[in-house]
Amino acid sequence: MIGEDDVRHVARLARLHLEQDEVGRMTGELARILAHIDKMSELDISAVPPTAHVLDVVGVTRSDRVEPGLSREEALRNAPAVVDDCFRVPKMG
Amino acid sequence: MVDTMRLTAREAKKLLVDGEVSSAELTKAYLDRIAAVEDRVHAYILVTADNAAKYSTKVDREMQAMRGPLAGLPIAVKDNMVTEGVTTTCASRILHNYMPVYTATAVRRLWDDHVVMLGKTNLDEFAMGSSTENSGFAVTRNPWDLGTVPGGSSGGSAAAVAAGEALWALGSDTGGSIRQPAALCGVVGMKPTYGLVSRYGLVAFASSLDQIGPLTRSVHDCALLLRHIVGKDPRDATSVVAPAPIELPSAERLDGLRVGIPREYLAAGIEPGVRARFEEAVALIEELGGRCVEVSLPHTEYALPAYYIIAPAEASANLARFDGVRYGYRAADADDVVTMYERTRGEGFGPEVKRRIMIGTYALSAGYYEAYYGRAQRVRTLVRRDFTDVFGEVDLVASPTSPTVAFPVGARAADPLAMYVSDVCTIPANLAGLPALSIPCGLSDGLPVGFQFVGPAFSENRVLDAAHALETALGFTATPSLGGAEAALSQSGGAEAASPTGDAASAPPEGTAS
Amino acid sequence: MTGGDAAVRGADRIVRGMRGDWEAVIGLEVHVELDTATKMFCSCAVTKGDPPNTHTCPVCLAHPGALPVVNQRAVEYATRIALALDCTVPPRNVFHRKNYFYPDLPKAYQISQYDEPLAVDGCFDYWSGDEKLRCRIDRVHMEEDAAKLIHAGGETGRITGSEYSLVDFNRGGTPLVEIVTEPDIPSPAAARDFLQQLRELVIELGVSECNMEEGQVRWDANISVRPAGSSTLGTRTELKNMNSFRFLQQALESELPRQVGILEAGGTVEQETLHFDPETGTTTPLRSKEEAHDYRYFPEPDLVPLAMDPAWVEEVRASLPELPLARVARFAEQYGLSRADARVIAGPGALARFYEAVVAQGVDPKLAANWTMGEYLAHLNAAGLEPGHGHVTPERLAALVRLVADGVVSTSAAKDVFTKMIEERAEPAAIVAKHGLGRISDSAALGPVVAEVVAANPSQVEQYRGGKRQVLGFFVGQVMKATGGRADPAVVNELLQKALDG
Repeated sequence: MIGEDDVRHVARLARLHLEQDEVGRMTGELARILAHIDKMSELDISAVPPTAHVLDVVGVTRSDRVEPGLSREEALRNAPAVVDDCFRVPKMG
Repeated sequence: MVDTMRLTAREAKKLLVDGEVSSAELTKAYLDRIAAVEDRVHAYILVTADNAAKYSTKVDREMQAMRGPLAGLPIAVKDNMVTEGVTTTCASRILHNYMPVYTATAVRRLWDDHVVMLGKTNLDEFAMGSSTENSGFAVTRNPWDLGTVPGGSSGGSAAAVAAGEALWALGSDTGGSIRQPAALCGVVGMKPTYGLVSRYGLVAFASSLDQIGPLTRSVHDCALLLRHIVGKDPRDATSVVAPAPIELPSAERLDGLRVGIPREYLAAGIEPGVRARFEEAVALIEELGGRCVEVSLPHTEYALPAYYIIAPAEASANLARFDGVRYGYRAADADDVVTMYERTRGEGFGPEVKRRIMIGTYALSAGYYEAYYGRAQRVRTLVRRDFTDVFGEVDLVASPTSPTVAFPVGARAADPLAMYVSDVCTIPANLAGLPALSIPCGLSDGLPVGFQFVGPAFSENRVLDAAHALETALGFTATPSLGGAEAALSQSGGAEAASPTGDAASAPPEGTAS
Repeated sequence: MTGGDAAVRGADRIVRGMRGDWEAVIGLEVHVELDTATKMFCSCAVTKGDPPNTHTCPVCLAHPGALPVVNQRAVEYATRIALALDCTVPPRNVFHRKNYFYPDLPKAYQISQYDEPLAVDGCFDYWSGDEKLRCRIDRVHMEEDAAKLIHAGGETGRITGSEYSLVDFNRGGTPLVEIVTEPDIPSPAAARDFLQQLRELVIELGVSECNMEEGQVRWDANISVRPAGSSTLGTRTELKNMNSFRFLQQALESELPRQVGILEAGGTVEQETLHFDPETGTTTPLRSKEEAHDYRYFPEPDLVPLAMDPAWVEEVRASLPELPLARVARFAEQYGLSRADARVIAGPGALARFYEAVVAQGVDPKLAANWTMGEYLAHLNAAGLEPGHGHVTPERLAALVRLVADGVVSTSAAKDVFTKMIEERAEPAAIVAKHGLGRISDSAALGPVVAEVVAANPSQVEQYRGGKRQVLGFFVGQVMKATGGRADPAVVNELLQKALDG
């Protein structure tokens, strides 16, 4: 059964800040959803291979040819903070 | 002169070709309609009125150079397909100011065909939802009853077409996000076979399930739009060459067509009114020469749980790039990068998106992978096998698109699971990657009912032909009245017009779980 | 094999503790940046030293909706490495997402490979001292490099104390090959040998220049100890992201006794990541991350599995150049070189090619080897040149070797000629002529020199005539000195004996 500590741990993995009331609410919601999902465990799937992809195609590649990309202005246009033509982020901490 | 409530793209094209209307006039008719009803429907996040007016005039002026089957026809695009120079928000605060530097391949193909873009339509944030209530900007209303939801996540596109605010529209479908809103809004919606339409530039929700597809007023229009967006794209390794070109449907009879009705779908809590319209349509198929037989897709009840692992798992990784570094929202005043990440994402995402990121992250985390993701992938194999087996016996599978008609705004908002069940009939086709189409098959309590065909992979032409014949026989001509507005206003407290850069963006509605 | 018996061979690997002998168990994960024209999953150019953020696109900036597509050349290059390491290439491989947040990783996942890598189960034979060692290769897989992070403000260039960081995405998405070994490496010196020879191999394959300064080759090392002769595996520690052979060896050499000390004191080694400080020569644990790594690998749904056509794999195999180890054996055999000399010359491909070009001029292979390993290699090192570069061409070195072999110049004069070949960029014969460096065999010319030397050293003459015949060598040396080493020793001997025996 998922608990508040699990929720805090997962939120940390996902880099999601949750307020304390969100943690409580989320714990209840996830528990209910996971209980529904646990229906899958009724099935014996030990001999069933997994499907990662419905496509039969394999081996799609591109040739090693340079194509024009973005100008630096385009690359930086949406950036919240730019210094010296680089994306600025707070210290690693 | 132009009845935007009824006009099909096929008819509009004829008007253009015959010189009875110009692209500018046609476009203006839709912009006028948007101006008239948008404050009640909220189908759009952004209306690009000036660009649309200018471009349609240009198409008229350069008619010789800009000829083509779709030239000058206006279209609405779901706001999870990136459009260079036009903000693309995914109805999320985290992308409220995002200005794309490139254009999605499907949209690019239409632009290259000189289609006029009217604007970007509303959706559940990052396409996660079945009611469009999860939009970070506004709740779209169902034109048939403004007190009800349009379905989702392509609710804006479906409502725009239903309300005469668009001739047709593009949507995306991960678990029913085209077909369910099409059903609830009384329009045609199709999810093509996985890989048929490039996903390049479609902001990914669940990469192995997402497909772009049309929302239109007729099956013919659906085929017409689809044929112009399909095709292998060198930028999408999961796109494929269609084995056959998409044909414009013309069938009137269904002689010899074997249609399977999965008993598991009808067991899944179908409303009586929906069931009645569905059974009438089934009877009609038989009148047209088709043979309807009961079939079994035994793993149907496991499809929903498998979907609610696979889609959130993929989403948890797909949405990890929204980190406040290169674009989009960044939380202010974070001292270190981890705090910046956590606050940016905590403040930028709405409750349903957070919920799914949490489920997906949990399902992939150490110790749980096999129990959840691994198991879901194996269930997915079983769901696919169900279809493979059934398509040995029948040509198409038919079911209601949605177990219910449009439900009142707020009715399922407090209960995520109740909302998830809205997609019980549509999710299996995504898990199996199959083409599926919804057409309106009548009304129940004044609200539209959707009828769904699912076919084998790459059987788009068969699906379209069958749907066309049934559509013709059904003769569904009802149009919404945009009534029920008072109810809508009293419930929502009067939603502001959506704008990705206006006040609505900086204070997104808290969504559904509050 | 020339290393003597097993006990002697193993001696340098034993770590002597207070209570017994221990041995090291070392494994490596080596990352190699490939020299493709474009990045792993997009068509941006792979470059070095360009202004920041000038080689990006929606894919490598991870803009919404952008999708990866695999670079075929990167697959080919990675396959070359895998086949050169004698790996099995399964009929298909699969990309996975490795999820973690860091500003240099724009998607917040790295596209890498996990349980179905490009290649598995290989081995690499390398020389350590006089011993040929074999290291099993666990896997070879493809992935993408991270972007460049610049830590700014505060103490320059360090994470600690920096006020903010800057991200340049030019490097982000560069194709990387990761080579993972089994823990088969028996000593810090062997680890260094392994890496140096693996680097030579990769360069030879033409898939990466493996430039060390630019970080084109980096590795993580894991290390544990166990009682000598045991086959158990102890708890290992990790040294992350190193790119100096010397520091690696030093770090391992400092880590070994640390682990032995802990174990002999009855403690347990903690599995942790260590940082090596070259200034103090010691390892210290990195501040432990706030949560354990949980990469949440799952199959990359934006890419389909990669099919490896067996016929194509065989084509790649057939196109592989001669690999260094095979070349060492061939040089020893074909040119009659000692194993040690063959390893010096045949190890690095460029030097081997230079040597073979010299030999191709028809000169004596052993003499050519001496000159290649001696003066030529010293010159390369002094000038910081790669073999084959500079003014000493194979033709010129061969001409010089021939002058020595034919007795036209003496060996010591030839060294002068070599120096002048570089200074004057001229043919050896021309230098000999210009500077009069040829051997002097003419008795008429040498006679006066001999007479002078004999006259100048009366006491040595006395010794010689008193029966101390070995003093002859002294006189030969004096004549050589007087002639700048050019005198023909045979003629000098003859003249001296004549003069002394009188």
